[in-house]
Amino acid sequence: MGKKITIEPVTRVEGHGKVTIHLDDNGNVTETRLHIVEFRGFERFVQGRPYWEMPVLVQRLCGICPVSHHLAAAKALDVIVGAPQLSAVGEKMRRLMHYGQIFQSHALHFFHLASPDLLFGIGGDPLKRNVIGVALEHKDLATMGVLMRKFGQEIIQVTAGKKIHGTGAIPGGINKNLSIEERDRFLVGKPGYNIDQMIEWSQAALEFFKSYHAEHRAFIDHFAEFPSSHLSLVREDGALDLYHGVLRAVDANGKRILDDVDYQNYLDYISEEVRSWSYMKFPYLREFGKKEGWYRVGPLARLNTCDFIPTPLAQQEFETFRAYTHGKPNNMSMHMHWARLIETLHAAEVMRDLLNDPDLQNEDLVVKGKKTNEGVGLIEAPRGTLFHHYKINENDQIEMANLIVSTTNNNQPMNVAVEQVAKEMISGQKEVTEGMLNAVEVAIRAYDPCLSCATHAMGQMPLEISLYDANDQLIDRKMSH
Amino acid sequence: MSVVKFIIDGVECIAEKGEYLLQAARQNGIYIPSLCHLEGYKPRGSCRICNVKVNGRLMTACTTPVADGMDIENDTPELRDIRTAILEILFVEGNHFCPACERSGNCELQAQIYRHQIMAPRFPFQFPDRDVDASHPNILKDYNRCILCKRCIRAIKDENGKSFFAFKKRSHKVEISMDPTMKENLTEELAQRAMEVCPVGALLRKEKGYDTPIGKRKYDKQPIGSEIETAK
Repeated sequence: MGKKITIEPVTRVEGHGKVTIHLDDNGNVTETRLHIVEFRGFERFVQGRPYWEMPVLVQRLCGICPVSHHLAAAKALDVIVGAPQLSAVGEKMRRLMHYGQIFQSHALHFFHLASPDLLFGIGGDPLKRNVIGVALEHKDLATMGVLMRKFGQEIIQVTAGKKIHGTGAIPGGINKNLSIEERDRFLVGKPGYNIDQMIEWSQAALEFFKSYHAEHRAFIDHFAEFPSSHLSLVREDGALDLYHGVLRAVDANGKRILDDVDYQNYLDYISEEVRSWSYMKFPYLREFGKKEGWYRVGPLARLNTCDFIPTPLAQQEFETFRAYTHGKPNNMSMHMHWARLIETLHAAEVMRDLLNDPDLQNEDLVVKGKKTNEGVGLIEAPRGTLFHHYKINENDQIEMANLIVSTTNNNQPMNVAVEQVAKEMISGQKEVTEGMLNAVEVAIRAYDPCLSCATHAMGQMPLEISLYDANDQLIDRKMSH
Repeated sequence: MSVVKFIIDGVECIAEKGEYLLQAARQNGIYIPSLCHLEGYKPRGSCRICNVKVNGRLMTACTTPVADGMDIENDTPELRDIRTAILEILFVEGNHFCPACERSGNCELQAQIYRHQIMAPRFPFQFPDRDVDASHPNILKDYNRCILCKRCIRAIKDENGKSFFAFKKRSHKVEISMDPTMKENLTEELAQRAMEVCPVGALLRKEKGYDTPIGKRKYDKQPIGSEIETAK
């Protein structure tokens, strides 16, 4: 008699989700699904609110990367107030906020959420395989993670006013500049806590990953590896740019399938499919249809689409990364960690350059132009491309809002990754162990999903795995905390 | 001008005869919480959070003229509880979602709730179904947040002294409306003034918001009333 396994809740991810694995009579995996069981509703209840409230209202989707929503909404409203081109201080303060956000979120993911799997092994003792275990046995690494996160959060504080849910970006600009005292807290700082230290630690984290990779090549290269397309923003000259750019997508072999298009027209290229078993939609490239049009977003996708990284240390690392796949797109899910750490280093370099830029002390904070009634704002959030699209009525109230959140873009890739790992690790096994189920979670975790904002949440934070037979009878359920 | 002597919480105070108690207390460095009161305008006594006990009787400090020999209780557990209850009622009766409100940090209702250390209301949230009127080019009315203090009615008038705003409807459906014949005369300056006199975020300037960074808003650093108490 076949079985169905449910992993619920999936742990060490942001938000609530569950995995179901169906087994046939011989214990072989027949179907695997990642279900997102939260429901939000932001797109509906922002209707009727004044447009200038959006950057502050919609960022409440999330407490991990609210800055991404804050800025994507502000960028869409820049278009509405006729100011797609901000003043130097407006754009650079926002960039500083964003790269601070990328830095803290990537540090959070690598050190707090992902490193326990690497340090203690996928099948390691679950009582140790968590951030507390890391803090007890790898104190230096844990301290580094905590302080890098703190640094990024404090950058957000001086640009947005608060570490979480600030108000810095307003339509057409920003509400404050950076004072010299604020700047020097990061540029000079104190021993062991300034921008130079952050660059050094970002390099150290990369070295840690690279040496782990050298020792566990088979696992890192083959675990949840599958071909896919990749999509992200790139700067107009092809550089990696996480704040602004044009939309580019490449297929699994590197062929450009979306050629640097203006994202104001994203609906011409991208659509979303609804499936009955999940609150998270499935976006796809229209040209290739629902079945073939899915793509990956996030750090791995960004390093696959861009031509170069415009900061020297990260560029050097990028060259090694690219050379590993002989210039072809990298389709290995666990290399997402590698790409994420290269971006962490890049974010630190960008922050250093911005902190040294005198434009941040300028006073021309806001610009306004000719108003329109519709705007689209895209940004590369830590987890991937984030879309915000608003239409307003003649009274300045929101009439329509559409959000395609980073994790939503990775819905199909995560389902593919989960299925592949389940088939490899669970098929034909007599007993399903905690380690096998954690392997499924490791595949999801590589994408650093933020499930709560991706579903447009009610429910608790953690992910759950259940085992059902062919008659849909529950056989086993494992909850991870 | 004659001077009267009175006592607030055992402290001897003096004020000019005829002064309202709320003002007289403030001149003596004692803060009596208030919401509907607006300096320079005739008091209404509508919000009731300035309730004090005068010679043992509950009275609103904003509408009670001070008299010689009054013995006033202000900062007592009983009065704090009454005020807290009123604030909680005001809070649950509307839809006050501070996180995204433009007035957060500058809002007097929010500031009073912080001052009274209210963590959660004792009454159930009503979640009334209220609207936003954004049809005027200069000002937006968000009925979700209005506490019916009548400050806008008292303060925003034309050169003939006629109010731009008035109450319409009855009972729990009462809302602020703008005189349709005067709408066009509400200039940007008057709209700005209306937003400033509103103690909450019920009246907002169109297309402006969040331009004061966090840390520089009115109640970011000091609780409401502390400017009176520290001046003592």
